[in-house]
Amino acid sequence: MAVIEQEARTAHEVAHRESFWRRYVFSLDHKVIGIQYLVTSFVMALVGGLLAMLMRLELGWPGSSWPLLGRILPQGFPNGIMNQGFYLSLVTMHGTIMIFYVMSTALTGGFGNFLIPLQIGARDMAFPLLNMLSYWLFPVASAVLLAAFFVPGGAPISGWTAYAPLSATPLAGPGEGLGQTLWLVSLAILIVAFLFGSLNYITTVLQLRTRGMSMMRLPLSTWALFITAILSLLSFPVLLAAAIMLLFDRHAGTTFFLPAGAVIGGKTITAGGGDPLLWQHLFWFLGHPEVYILVLPAMGIVSEVISNNARKPVFGYPVMVLTISAIAFLSFLVWGHHMFVSGMHPMLGTAFMTTTLIIAVPSAIKTFNWLATLWGGKLRFTPAMLFAIGFVSLFVTGGLTGLLLGQPAFNMYVHDTYFVVAHFHFVMASAALFGMFAGLYHWFPKMFGRMLDERLGRWHFWLALPATFGTFFPMHFAGLAGMMRRIYSPQMYGYLSGLSGVNAFVSVSAFVMFVAHMLFVVNVVWSLAKGKRAEANPWQATSLEWTTSSPPPHGNWGERQPVVYRWAYDYSLPGSDRDFVPQTVPAEVAAPAAVQGGQ
Amino acid sequence: MEHPGAEAPEVQAHARHGVAVAVLVWAVTAAAVVATVVATKHWWLPPVASTQGMAIDRLFLVVFSIISVVFVLVHLLLGFTAMRFRQTSAAQRAAHWHENRRLEAGWTIATAGILIVLTIFGGSLWLQVHGSPPSGAMTVEVVAQQFGWQFHYPGPDGVLAPVDLTRDSFRSPLGIQRAERGAADDVITNELHLVVNRPVRLLIRSKDVIHSFYVPHFRFKQDAVPGRVTQVWFTPTRTGTYPIACAELCGVGHFVMASTLKVETPDQFEAWMASPGTR
Ligand code: HEM
Ligand SMILES: [Cu+2]
Ligand SMILES: [Cu+2]
Repeated sequence: MAVIEQEARTAHEVAHRESFWRRYVFSLDHKVIGIQYLVTSFVMALVGGLLAMLMRLELGWPGSSWPLLGRILPQGFPNGIMNQGFYLSLVTMHGTIMIFYVMSTALTGGFGNFLIPLQIGARDMAFPLLNMLSYWLFPVASAVLLAAFFVPGGAPISGWTAYAPLSATPLAGPGEGLGQTLWLVSLAILIVAFLFGSLNYITTVLQLRTRGMSMMRLPLSTWALFITAILSLLSFPVLLAAAIMLLFDRHAGTTFFLPAGAVIGGKTITAGGGDPLLWQHLFWFLGHPEVYILVLPAMGIVSEVISNNARKPVFGYPVMVLTISAIAFLSFLVWGHHMFVSGMHPMLGTAFMTTTLIIAVPSAIKTFNWLATLWGGKLRFTPAMLFAIGFVSLFVTGGLTGLLLGQPAFNMYVHDTYFVVAHFHFVMASAALFGMFAGLYHWFPKMFGRMLDERLGRWHFWLALPATFGTFFPMHFAGLAGMMRRIYSPQMYGYLSGLSGVNAFVSVSAFVMFVAHMLFVVNVVWSLAKGKRAEANPWQATSLEWTTSSPPPHGNWGERQPVVYRWAYDYSLPGSDRDFVPQTVPAEVAAPAAVQGGQ
Repeated sequence: MEHPGAEAPEVQAHARHGVAVAVLVWAVTAAAVVATVVATKHWWLPPVASTQGMAIDRLFLVVFSIISVVFVLVHLLLGFTAMRFRQTSAAQRAAHWHENRRLEAGWTIATAGILIVLTIFGGSLWLQVHGSPPSGAMTVEVVAQQFGWQFHYPGPDGVLAPVDLTRDSFRSPLGIQRAERGAADDVITNELHLVVNRPVRLLIRSKDVIHSFYVPHFRFKQDAVPGRVTQVWFTPTRTGTYPIACAELCGVGHFVMASTLKVETPDQFEAWMASPGTR
């Protein structure tokens, strides 16, 4: 196991000479880069969230007139009534932003950068310059993406999945011109950022662990981020290739995804050989791992927060590592469950059903392990803990409907309905989001040297959990009743008329949820200015990041990097007088007998 | 702090919040359960009207029951741990155990067992639904385009003339050349009419982008992909009028891409076929 001691020469000694720009803008420091990722993700979350609010306005009260919005957004709301193309561009941009430009960037870019070096005892990432480039590609990609709203035709309407041929030619609809091209270019740029990041995380974890930090002593948050990086590195290039191929179809006359004989917008495709399903296979080959790219880091964070606040070692650590890896591996084999009704061969349907149901096993094991970690603990209900508990509830709820969706015969009924929207919002928009908040409440003191306000944090949770259920749970009913997703209005269909109350209720809950999450922003702003100063280890935690000051200095550690003697979960170790033993405490010092103890 | 035995304020707070969390988790669970019970009366699967649909509903009920039980149990447990193991005194100490091979093996095997059963049931139903259509099934071609549906019947001779969507025009709908063999009697409609209890084989295709042929009351959905013809079949079991919707985002008119399916007795169907409006 290669453990390379990084020299103290790192940025450390030049710290005083650095200009403002070098320190906070074009910084090479992983902590600053992590925070930059988080802040930018939050800005994008605000945009994505507002788009969702507009969507809910339309779905709650279809066809209504909103004169004020008509004044602010005359293009989207001619005469105050939302226009159908605009609705679809909201759907597309909301999904794209939330998945790629908020959750992926915050969880892997934000937490990955901030936590990995600190938790493995390194001074920085293996490639700081690459790291800085990785971050700076993100705002560039965001700007290119948002520009799509302002070009002729507007933002693309093909959904975040951009199925060809709808996405393959400007003739397919408004927004499919320059808007879709910008979307593709932006995504390609962002993918390069993810690849730079992943390379960095993998190398850093493998090469820069401090003395004593064996792989099986890593905190689960770092394990999850490490596996996620491998997942990204192997799956994102496929989407990059697909995006480039689609750009070629659009601008260079190739027909990778366009079948001969299709007539789109009055124009016949003559050059043949393309297949629209090829796009779907390539897209979902990333698209499915992508959902785990979001949820695995959240799982790692939650494991960490639960163990810390239960004052109890995480239950089944080796199994936790194993299940993270198993989920990551299996996630490459299930993409076809998004394509049961696409026209692919039915035998493939059974194969993908099998792999999909198998992946439920490690997911269930993880849930049992979290419950077992709580069992027998001494629970503290910090805001981080509340969100971690919320994560478990939401993940279970979303995961269980996956068992229904994984049944291809039943999937035929609910595919592309609100049942799916409910499912993925429970696992991604709710569980992964709660995991992210758990992490933010937990590590905020380390990031900024200030404590977040606990009371406001609790209010955030008390409002957000019921509002989240209120928003996404009734979507199951809409889906079961047969309401299609991505429709501007269900009023065309008599059999959906009974759902108008449900849809209005969902919209109101969504507005409450938006307000609830705004409390977090208020909390951050207030706490940065007025919050209590954070000590080095406010949560009495064991992992390495809590052994340095809050915030840690440039270079993370003083003269010497920390040395590790134990795993990260020695909570309530029998024979030790405190209820936690940091990883840097030598084995002889605390509790001789029962270090690996247990029953 | 003032008198012996009183706990520090933070400890008291954790004790209070533990109860509150339990109550919240249970309340959310109860609300979800009540909402679901109400939903079964108002916002549930529409009445089923095909043989495949009935089998799918049975599968749904089995899986739905299992996940509902798990949902409730896990949430009860989650609330219970928050309540039971909340910090109530500074002196309290958490347990230190973190392995239990038996327990872990137990829940792994139990989960895997349930999933294996579901895989077998689900897989066989899927293959049955997608098996080859029974002989004697009638054939209808379904053509999707932005933003409507057309249905192509072979007519009395039973021969479906080849369509050529590149030549689709007002004068030759679906590009069918009337001079070709079997084409003269073909029927093209905007509504789908089927005969009750008679299996039907659909050939689904699209002229432009991907659409999805969705009949909620049949629990049926199949994408219409340009460049390929997808064959599927089912058997309607109840006469009546049912909506057809497009379930795959296909452009600005996606939400209006509706049609109607009428399931009729053989006589009604023949009469419709023969009526001048249809031909
Ligand atoms: C982290 C947060 C979130 C993530 C990752 C996320 C993800 C997604 C994705 C992937 C889609 C599919 C887009 C598409 O159909 O092309 C979507 C759709 C949607 N989301 Fe979210 N979302 C998040 C938060 C929210 C919030 C807060 C709301 C508020 C109500 C919301 C409401 C909706 C709605 C109404 C749709 C459209 C469904 C449709 O018509 O198909 N989402 N979201
Ligand atoms: Cu998937
Ligand atoms: Cu459509």
